[in-house]
Amino acid sequence: MKLSNTDALNALKAQSRVLLENRRVSNPVTTKEAQGLPRNVLICGGPGCHSSGGPKIAEQLEEELNRRGLSEQVKVFRPGCFGFCEQGPMIEIHPDNTTYCEVSVEDVPTIVEEHFIQGNRVERLLFKDPNTQKRFASDLPFYEGQVRIALRNVGYLAPENILEYIAADGYQALAQILALDPASVIDVIKKSGLRGRGGGGFSTGLKWELTRKSEAKQRYIVCNADEGDPGAFMDRSILEGDPHSVLEGMLIAGSAIGASYGFIYVRAEYPAAIRRLQVAIVQAREHGLLGKDILGSDFCFDIELKYGAGAFVCGEETALIHSIEGARGEPSVKPPFPAQKGLWGKPTCVNNVETLANIPPIILKGADWFAGIGTEKSKGTKVFALAGKVRNVGLVEVPMGTTLRQIIFNMGGGIKNHKLFKAAQTGGPSGGCIPTQYLDTPIEYESLTAIGSMMGSGGLIILDENDCMVNIAKFFLEFSVDESCGRCTACRVGTKRLHEILTKITEGNGTLDDIDKLETLGEIIKDTSLCGLGQSAPNPILSTLKYFRAEYLAHVVDKTCPAGVCKSLLKYQITDKCQGCTLCAKHCPANCISGTAKKRHVIDQERCLKCGACMEQCRVAGAIIHH
Amino acid sequence: MCDHASSNDPYPGLDEYIDNLAYKKENLIGILHYAQELFGYLPDKLQWHIAQKLDIPSAKVYGVVSFYSFFTMKPRGKHVINVCMGTACFVRGAEKLQAELEKQLGIKTGQTTSDNLFSLDSLRCIGACGLAPVMMIDGKVYGRLHEPEEIRQILAEYRSEPKLATIGL
Repeated sequence: MKLSNTDALNALKAQSRVLLENRRVSNPVTTKEAQGLPRNVLICGGPGCHSSGGPKIAEQLEEELNRRGLSEQVKVFRPGCFGFCEQGPMIEIHPDNTTYCEVSVEDVPTIVEEHFIQGNRVERLLFKDPNTQKRFASDLPFYEGQVRIALRNVGYLAPENILEYIAADGYQALAQILALDPASVIDVIKKSGLRGRGGGGFSTGLKWELTRKSEAKQRYIVCNADEGDPGAFMDRSILEGDPHSVLEGMLIAGSAIGASYGFIYVRAEYPAAIRRLQVAIVQAREHGLLGKDILGSDFCFDIELKYGAGAFVCGEETALIHSIEGARGEPSVKPPFPAQKGLWGKPTCVNNVETLANIPPIILKGADWFAGIGTEKSKGTKVFALAGKVRNVGLVEVPMGTTLRQIIFNMGGGIKNHKLFKAAQTGGPSGGCIPTQYLDTPIEYESLTAIGSMMGSGGLIILDENDCMVNIAKFFLEFSVDESCGRCTACRVGTKRLHEILTKITEGNGTLDDIDKLETLGEIIKDTSLCGLGQSAPNPILSTLKYFRAEYLAHVVDKTCPAGVCKSLLKYQITDKCQGCTLCAKHCPANCISGTAKKRHVIDQERCLKCGACMEQCRVAGAIIHH
Repeated sequence: MCDHASSNDPYPGLDEYIDNLAYKKENLIGILHYAQELFGYLPDKLQWHIAQKLDIPSAKVYGVVSFYSFFTMKPRGKHVINVCMGTACFVRGAEKLQAELEKQLGIKTGQTTSDNLFSLDSLRCIGACGLAPVMMIDGKVYGRLHEPEEIRQILAEYRSEPKLATIGL
């Protein structure tokens, strides 16, 4: 089993090629022509599709194929996330490249009968463009404009089979760099322009170089898989869908910086990712790709998994290092940087999952290829978890420089329920809200920072006209208050005060003075906090204040919430459309609605609890309104 | 000090796990994960036991347990309900879902029902944003929850499960 050298790896690759022969072929055949050919069915294994019945569909499909005597010809696989979560559960059938959306267990017999036995596509399960009503069997508009580098194997390879990864050029980059001088490997990464995908945007090559230059007998490479941004699942998809690419990235990094040991710090909340990583590590060891004298070289390297325990601050590299050491995940002052003094005092390089997944293709295709994608200062692609009020929730990987408008309105399909776009939130609790006027800003590290947000790790939440920006800022501050480790006063006390002021404003007790306080205090926290969490915690407030000041003023001066979200500021009223059915009065918990049958009712504003029960009960459109 | 009398005493299992670790103090978080899986929660007595075993101050163990939200010092209900409070779920009505669950269960988030059947908690993003708003019961995900009736039915499924004769802890 152990691969003693590169030739053995190449032989295994040649031998394993057959595994991928019938998948995503370059010359797809028609469904009729595919009759009798060996077929591969891929069922999306992403978290969304998994939760909405993916495993059951796979089970039923295998059973049904077996019953119809097709189990030899048609093989069912469960790769990682396809990315198009909105249309899940999704399945792909090859080599006639057909994608079915929103498949249910009940559809399985029809698919087997129609698709596999009759040779006809099941029209009603094909993706239907909501604007043009056109059906798509492949090349769905969602994928148009996407470039998959970090996600290249996600949704394509069976993640628990190392042979599939090897067949798809897996570990070839490792084999190449083992013959090279580490300095030249670092040069390739530096030249490629790859920057940290966790959000910081520091040059990966430079980070490697700094770690290598620190004198020490032992150095460490750490993979940061503590994806804490609420509403983001990029790293999770890579870990679950293509764990070997992360291992290979770590091996290459380890060899380049002179580390013989690596840690993956993964969230305990991602049990499926943990299982996949465990399997991948065992398989890599069995094949001699981890351990001693890897592929016949003198390079020795092993990887250990470390589990997080639910602390957002552990995404900060010094906090993460303390957590691996078994302590509270509190950040420490930099310098010394982890590259000089990190894990157990040894030089340590911390790279994010997506960053590491980019390494093997850069080695294989060259720095110039990678540097040719993206913009002048931001190279390559970025994965975004597109969610919120957008029509097509999902995972997208786009070249740097793509505009927000392209992502939201082309891939994302626009705003759900024909509402108006209000803002895009990037960077999670550390980022900001981007308003309509910046929709055409190309996505780059610098351009996003310039408009008061940040690249972040890739969370991209779309907000519509029904979202209250003060409330959104409050949501993120609540998160920061919860997650502040408490080490430095600016963050521990400051975020709490900010949250209190926001609560006061959303409850209708805010003053103009409070808005000034938010700004002053926000700036102080930014300037005086120890780590990135505190330094960026005020961003959601500062950016919404900058672009949606009028909304704050409406809360403070007019005591209204224009989006109709902040309960305390809502005023319920019964209009002359009321037919006097008495339903609202019967359901009012405060008994504050009066009126006689068949006559217009009235709400006593003094006693109204603003619970909305009347509006929920009312059967006449427009009879009860709030503003 | 520890009670080793009961036949399904989890302490020896924990001790064996710790004894087999090459590095002990450095693995405190891993040990706590293992202990919580065995015991269901991390009471003072257990923290003290681990501290002794690793020869570290029990204050350090408490410091770590109280720092990480994954660890709990209170026993949990038979079924743990987690409402996702990620941003995507938040903008699609997670707060309403949480309020509805609190109403139907008669407890606040962070509490356990008096019959020890349900604990209600929240967590940050489980990556099923396409199904927002979602909740997770014992690892099973329920998505697109907008109707109180749907939630009532889901809870009823768990309520109608045959009750175990005794709950031995």
